[in-house]
Amino acid sequence: MKRFNPAYSFLYILWIVLFVIAPLVLIVYQSFFDISGHLTLANYQAYFGSGTYLKMTLNSIWYALLITLLTLLISYPTAYWLNQTKNKQLWLLLIILPTWINLLLKAYAFIGILSQNGSVNHFLTFVGIGPQQLLFTNASFIFVAAYIEIPFMILPIFNAIDELNPSFVNASRDLGATNWQTFSKVIFPLTINGVKAGVQAVFIPSLSLFMLTRLIGGNKVITLGTAIEEHFLVTQNWGMGSTIGVVLIVAMVIIMFVTGERRKKGRKGE
Amino acid sequence: MKKRFSWQNLYLIFVFALLYVPIFYLIFYSFNRGGTMTHFTGFTWQHYTELFSDSRMIEIVVDTLLIALLSSLLATIIGTLGALQIYSVKRPVVKNAILSLNNILMVSPDVIIGASFLIFFTFLGFKLGFGSVLLSHIAFSIPIVVLMVLPKLNEMNLSLIDAATDLGATNFQVFSRVILPYIAPGVFAGYFMAFTYSLDDFAVTFFVTGNGFETLSVEIYARARQGISLEINALSALMFVFSLLLVVGYYFLNQYNSSKRTRKRQRLEATQIK
Repeated sequence: MKRFNPAYSFLYILWIVLFVIAPLVLIVYQSFFDISGHLTLANYQAYFGSGTYLKMTLNSIWYALLITLLTLLISYPTAYWLNQTKNKQLWLLLIILPTWINLLLKAYAFIGILSQNGSVNHFLTFVGIGPQQLLFTNASFIFVAAYIEIPFMILPIFNAIDELNPSFVNASRDLGATNWQTFSKVIFPLTINGVKAGVQAVFIPSLSLFMLTRLIGGNKVITLGTAIEEHFLVTQNWGMGSTIGVVLIVAMVIIMFVTGERRKKGRKGE
Repeated sequence: MKKRFSWQNLYLIFVFALLYVPIFYLIFYSFNRGGTMTHFTGFTWQHYTELFSDSRMIEIVVDTLLIALLSSLLATIIGTLGALQIYSVKRPVVKNAILSLNNILMVSPDVIIGASFLIFFTFLGFKLGFGSVLLSHIAFSIPIVVLMVLPKLNEMNLSLIDAATDLGATNFQVFSRVILPYIAPGVFAGYFMAFTYSLDDFAVTFFVTGNGFETLSVEIYARARQGISLEINALSALMFVFSLLLVVGYYFLNQYNSSKRTRKRQRLEATQIK
């Protein structure tokens, strides 16, 4: 289309200016104001000066790491073996289907499953361990977050394995490599891009899942997302919230830089 | 070999069970007479009738669907025009710059999008409510539409357009008769993705919704914080069926389209052989 009239894409350009650039500029701008509206660096001083915020950030990163690791451990074998099934596209569709269920509903299901009288506790009583406090623990937060993220990890890894040329695997076997050697020297390195894409798709949202820390984690785990939500909607200290937001954006850029190009959160299907 | 194979299947069954048990658990207890999500005492439709007589809930469902339909429609229009614009840019530097800007909202965590939109709306003095939620949903759906349409444009054969112009088509005719039919599958996929994004979203809506306007996700969050109410289970069962129909419908429409295309091609090849 040589003569595409730019007037038609006016709305698109307007969108970029108003909803991409302006909000980013505003969140950085807002981070330099304290709660009473004075221009100040106090927010950054508070963030980097007091141990609380730094500890919270490290804690949040640690939990996001655990969630990502757990998701990866479950997803890689699933993606690998899914590739060897017949009708693999249909099975993949079934893996993706739960992502269409509203995230809040899935979290809500776990409130029932993990509660004092829930099914898991029934099972634990049945096998003789006795009921445990499951809901509102850190472990339940990690587990439910991993549950929600699993399809987003499986999808890119599945695609990477799907593209893997099977002759490499055959060649490796023919040359006498053991199963483990084939996996660690051939299959895994060749599918590392899928793993990276999956880690990106899981790690960044894991830093900001504030609804789960509230509903499942019982406010014991404070992630960066929880802190931002708290500052914006509860204590109304937008300046501090924006400061944490800026930190989260920087963290995001670093992760994207480390794991290469992030495809997109779109995860869902295609 | 045989034994190892069964271990694999066992693992896959385990993962599928893990993914689906919570969802079916929710649906199962929506029929519970007992009123809790732990002890099943008997079958009842009671929670469904409660749900349908809850006029506030019905209103929220209608609002949510309205937001999803409107925002995905507008996002599809703006996103398609945006994709055409990106496609028509010749200089790679400018093209990549626009694409990077386009992808910012795709990779940002929801909390950041929500918080920055909240600052933005407040800064402009825009009243929070239906309008701000609609605008936000349009905003975060546009990039996915662009990403769905752009590959279709890139694989389009340019001689099609040259042929149309040579034959005297106006710019608009080239667009409506040649380009649009060609990129239609991408536009459709973009619309579908935008629709599900809007239905799914919680975090962004939660930030920009203000008082008085609610979508389903926000309502479920509010109710779940108060504890278990089996009305939500009934709702989730209905939403599960709805999503299932949506996915199955989309899947078959895609299948139908591609098989129609292959049939057409086969017919074409058949005539060429003659």
